[in-house]
Amino acid sequence: MIPAIRVRALVKTYRARPPVEAVRGLDLEVAVGECFGLLGPNGAGKTTTLEIIEGLLDATSGEVEVLGLTWADGEAAIRQRIGISLQETRLSDKLTVRETVALFRSFYPSGLTPDEAIARVGLEEKAKSYVEKLSGGQKQRLAVATALVGEPDLLFLDEPTTGLDPQSRRQLWDVIRAQKDRGRTVVVTTHYMDEAERLCDRVAVVDYGKVIALGSPAELIARVGGEHVIDLDYDPATAARLTSDQLVALPTVTSSREEGARVTLTAGEPHRALPALLDAARATGAKIAGLTTRTATLEDVFVTLTGRHLRSDS
Amino acid sequence: MLKARNAALASTWNLELWNLDPYMSALGHLTLARFREFVREPAALFWVYGFPLILATTLAMAFSEKPVPASTVDVQLDPANPGATEALRAKLADAPGLKVEVHDEATCRKRLRTSKADAVVVPTPGRGAGHEYLFDETRSESVLGRNAADRALLRAAHPADPVPEQRAVTEPGARYIDFLIPGLLGMNLLGGGLFGVGFAVADLRVRKLLKRFQATPMRRSDFLLSIMLSRLVFTFVDVALLLTVAHFAFDIRVRGNPLAFAALVAAGGATFAGLGLLIGSRARTLETAAGLLNAMMLPMYVLSGVFFAASKFPDGMQWFVQALPLTALNDGLRAVMNDGAGWDALPRPLLVLGLWGTLSFAVALRIFRWR
Repeated sequence: MIPAIRVRALVKTYRARPPVEAVRGLDLEVAVGECFGLLGPNGAGKTTTLEIIEGLLDATSGEVEVLGLTWADGEAAIRQRIGISLQETRLSDKLTVRETVALFRSFYPSGLTPDEAIARVGLEEKAKSYVEKLSGGQKQRLAVATALVGEPDLLFLDEPTTGLDPQSRRQLWDVIRAQKDRGRTVVVTTHYMDEAERLCDRVAVVDYGKVIALGSPAELIARVGGEHVIDLDYDPATAARLTSDQLVALPTVTSSREEGARVTLTAGEPHRALPALLDAARATGAKIAGLTTRTATLEDVFVTLTGRHLRSDS
Repeated sequence: MLKARNAALASTWNLELWNLDPYMSALGHLTLARFREFVREPAALFWVYGFPLILATTLAMAFSEKPVPASTVDVQLDPANPGATEALRAKLADAPGLKVEVHDEATCRKRLRTSKADAVVVPTPGRGAGHEYLFDETRSESVLGRNAADRALLRAAHPADPVPEQRAVTEPGARYIDFLIPGLLGMNLLGGGLFGVGFAVADLRVRKLLKRFQATPMRRSDFLLSIMLSRLVFTFVDVALLLTVAHFAFDIRVRGNPLAFAALVAAGGATFAGLGLLIGSRARTLETAAGLLNAMMLPMYVLSGVFFAASKFPDGMQWFVQALPLTALNDGLRAVMNDGAGWDALPRPLLVLGLWGTLSFAVALRIFRWR
């Protein structure tokens, strides 16, 4: 079966002094019918990669095939079968929701009626409102409606939920799931890890213009060695600490990472690791100010792979 | 009832009732979107329609057609010879259309300098003609005042000579407002084309809508054509509105061939839309676009004969002034509106406009930036 997207050795260097290597040898394959996530911190090359796949930007080198076609040979055919929601598009304030969707519908030879597209994103009540009267979440859903109205086989959403409130995010997730249920392919970029875990069948973690990890969220989390994470906070007033050798020697603990007064452990079985950890702390004289366990997230995957957090604020 | 009717009127005006969606092509949708965005923006409506009308009215009031005011001529008091002063004053006061006042030398000079007096008659008894004139040769009122005083004194010296009969007549199209309105029409077409297209395109780029459109199967020619089409319609609405108001307020009319007039307006609208597209073809910020637009517009406002004839500029500049598209358009509009000309007056204006329009279109399409 022809993959929805195939990318080989993609390189994009922006001319500047010194040249900016936004993408440096990136490979991807997205199957038909899956929801695929591109994750990574800002500036990792996600948007550049996406825009090259979308045919909005020329690659410096490498191969890109979308729906089995290259942009050079099949631009017109690809355009009719993909839908795109870009970051930061400001739709015309003085048009109504329906007028905006109808305008985009007129570009496609076939597709949904404007009202169907509006219903899919749940904006029926706002159909006659001017765009300027919409909230941020409603505007984002309208942007998705303009991407859906051509009934695309392949839908691209670039950071669709950035800056939205939790309710708006969930509404957009429903739109994406519904699209997947129809057997359509969705490619989404995000830096919200929970979003990727819930929505995506597979994710590619991108850093410095390369894919550093690829697989289903569960696989990636398992790969960092354990589905559970123990966060331990020392009392900063005391100096006694456990060494990292001591920590890794604890039962089922696979890795440890120290950041200031906090130690983060990955563990296969926290009910065995925790008593041993407490015993070791008591024996060493280390005072514990806080202790939590949680399931590992893609955030932990990223931190384990790069030693950095995805977002500076998290 | 009334409220419901007003709402219906408003929605017709806002093109909400025009639910033509299923029947329209992308070109139709894009064009309709431009209309809707325009008529729903009250500020834009004011600048395009209200402002030129206010400007025309104000200027028409300032330059309203009154008969040339009477000249004010001062007689300088000669303290040594008050009789000579009084004789001069009496002779001048007899002439119709002259206001005469007597002041001392310093006051006379001051009044001449501040334009309170147009000319000064200085008695010089026993010397020359018996009086002399002080006037400012760079000021036409002053020259008129000197001439009027001279004529009155000559007439007084030869009371037996018959005075020729005079009849005042008005030629159609000779008033200042007749000159001004075609210039304002041209200026409005220039501003509308440059801002309506150049600024609008830059705005779409800044909002990343051009990029968003590029991500759809939309034909680029449809987009550019919709900009031109909507502009052309606006152009005719502009001109019709301005002409109607000017007709009722100032009795302005198109004296020549109306088809030739329409052709000229269309050519002007298309040319300025082309220039606007050129300016908007690469600008990445609204500030850049506005700067470029003003840099192109302001020189033409001054040089192209909007408020006064372009022929007033020195001969050395005329090759440049005459090559400007607004000069060509204004000349053509005045020929058709005021001189009653037809197609015969159009070849030159159409040639100049056509060259500018074709050239800017061709360049704009080559360098147009979609993102």
